[in-house]
Amino acid sequence: MNINAIREQFPILHQDINGHPLVYLDSAASSQKPRSVIDAVNRYYELDNANVHRGVHTLGSRATDAYEGAREKVAKLLNAGAPEQIIFTRGTTTALNLVASSYARSNCGEGDEIVITPMEHHSNLIPWQQAAKATGATLKYIPMQPDGTISLEDIEKTITPQTKVVSVTYVSNVLGLINPIKEITQIAHRNGAIMVVDGAQSTPHMKIDLQDLDVDFYAFSGHKMCGPTGIGALYGKKSLLNKMEPIEYGGEMIDFVDLYESTWKEIPYRFEGGTPIIAGAVGLGAAIDFLQEIGLDEIDRHERQLAAYAYEKLSSLDGITLYGPKQNRVGLVTFNLEDVHPHDVATVLDSKGIAIRAGHHCCQPLMRWLNVSATARASFYLYNTEDDIDRLADALLQTKEFFGHAIG
Amino acid sequence: MQLDDLYRRVIMDHYKNPRNRGTMNEESVTINLNNPTCGDRISLQLQVVEGKVTDAKFSGEGCSISMSSASMMTEAVKGKTFDEALAMAEKFSALMKGDPVEFDEYEELDALSGVNKFPARIKCATLAWNALRKGIEQQQESH
Repeated sequence: MNINAIREQFPILHQDINGHPLVYLDSAASSQKPRSVIDAVNRYYELDNANVHRGVHTLGSRATDAYEGAREKVAKLLNAGAPEQIIFTRGTTTALNLVASSYARSNCGEGDEIVITPMEHHSNLIPWQQAAKATGATLKYIPMQPDGTISLEDIEKTITPQTKVVSVTYVSNVLGLINPIKEITQIAHRNGAIMVVDGAQSTPHMKIDLQDLDVDFYAFSGHKMCGPTGIGALYGKKSLLNKMEPIEYGGEMIDFVDLYESTWKEIPYRFEGGTPIIAGAVGLGAAIDFLQEIGLDEIDRHERQLAAYAYEKLSSLDGITLYGPKQNRVGLVTFNLEDVHPHDVATVLDSKGIAIRAGHHCCQPLMRWLNVSATARASFYLYNTEDDIDRLADALLQTKEFFGHAIG
Repeated sequence: MQLDDLYRRVIMDHYKNPRNRGTMNEESVTINLNNPTCGDRISLQLQVVEGKVTDAKFSGEGCSISMSSASMMTEAVKGKTFDEALAMAEKFSALMKGDPVEFDEYEELDALSGVNKFPARIKCATLAWNALRKGIEQQQESH
C-alpha cells in the first residue's frame, strides 16, 4: 500500500489548518473523500441526472443504471447475495430504525426480549428502547467485561428462547474492539431470534462476508467509507424483507393505488419511498470501487498497524488513560489526559492542525460504564501515517505542558 | 489562532479554584442542564428572595471553559435582581457574538471574550448562563 499515492487522491488533506499541515484523525466520525468519488458525483450531475425507475428517456435510463449499479456494488462488497436484499437509506441510523420500526414492532410483544449491549451507539440503542416500549418487550443488555469485551458465556446467558431480536455493533466506535458477530448470530438463531448488526465502524475498514456471518440485517453508512454523506444501506434477508411492512409511504414504493387501498412494490423498492438518494448511491459506488482497488484486507492491516503503534506511543505518556482492550483492536484510540478535559485537549490539538473527536461519541451509557463524562478519540483510516501519530503524541505532550503551566 | 486568547489566566484560575462550587441545603431553585452534543452538565442552585438572587452555587462536569464560566456567572449574579441578572445574560450572549461589551459589574467576565474566536466552544461558555435564564424564567412564570 503506497500511502503517499493514496494521500495524493484526497484533495482535502493537502491544506494547512491554523498554520499547520492538517492531520485528520476523525475518520470514525466521517472519512474524507477521494477525487474519484467527488468526480463521480459531479459527473452524474453533469451528464446523467434524472429521476430513476420511471422516465422512458435516455437520461432516466442512465440514472437508473447508475443507481442499480451501485446496489450491485454494495451487494458484492458485502458478499450479500441477491442485490434486492440491499435497501438504500440515509445511513446507519435510518437503516436500524427501519428494522426496529418495521420488523421489531410487528414481531415483538409482551414477554419477548430484545438483546443489545451497553457499548451501542445511540442509533443502535434508542430504536430498540422505543420498540420495547411500544411492544411491551423487555430490553436486555449483554454485560461487558472490565476491558469492554463481551464473553460467550454472558452472550449464552442473556439470549434466551424468549429473545426475538439481538442487535450488536460489529466494531465499537469508542473501544475499538471487534465483537464476535458470527458466534452471537449462531446463539441468536439457536434461540429463534434474528441477528441485527450495526456495521457503521466495520464496513469501511475490513472485509465483510454477510453470507458467512449469516446475520439477518446489517446496516452501514457511506460517509465513513470514503462515500458521500446522506447515503447508506440496510441489508436484510429476502425471506424477512418480503414479510415486512414499509415505514414510509409515497411515490416510488407502490404497486397499485386506489382511493382506499394500495399495494406495494417488490423489495427493495417498497422500502425506498420517494425519489431516492441517486447521486449519493453513485458516490458510494465509486467509494466501493476505490476501496476494493486498494483491498479491504490491506486497509485493515494498515489500520491495525497504526492502532498498535498509537497504543504503544500514547500509553508511554504520563497521566494518560486508554480505553478498550489492547489486543485485537481496530484503527482508533480513545483516551483521556489527567486533569485536562477532552474538549480542551481537542481545542489545543486543533490549534496545531490536528483534528480529533471529543465528547461522548453518541454513547452516553458507555461513558457512564467507563465512569467518565467524555473522552478524546483519534481514529485512523487508509490515508493516515505513523507520522500523524507522532504529531498527535507530541501535541498531547504540549497540551499537558500548556495546562500544567496554565493551572499549575 | 492563539490559545492564550482562549485560556486566559483568569479562566484557568476559576477552573482550578472554582467559586461557589457545591450544593445548597436551604430551599432553593435547582436547574439541571446538559450540553447534549458533548456531555457537559451543570446543576445550578439559586437562592431567591423577593425577585433577587441572594446566593448561587453550581455542580457538574465539563471542560475548563464551561466550568470557569459557571464559576464566574455565580459570582457575577449574586445580589442581583432578576432583571439585572437577565440583562447580564443578554450581555454575555453579545460577548459570545463578538460584540464589544464590558462587564463593569464583574470585570473577570471580560476574560471569556476570546471564546468568540472558537465557535465550537461557545456552547461551553453559555451553558451556565442558559441555566440561569431558565431558572429565573421559571421563577417569573410561577409568580
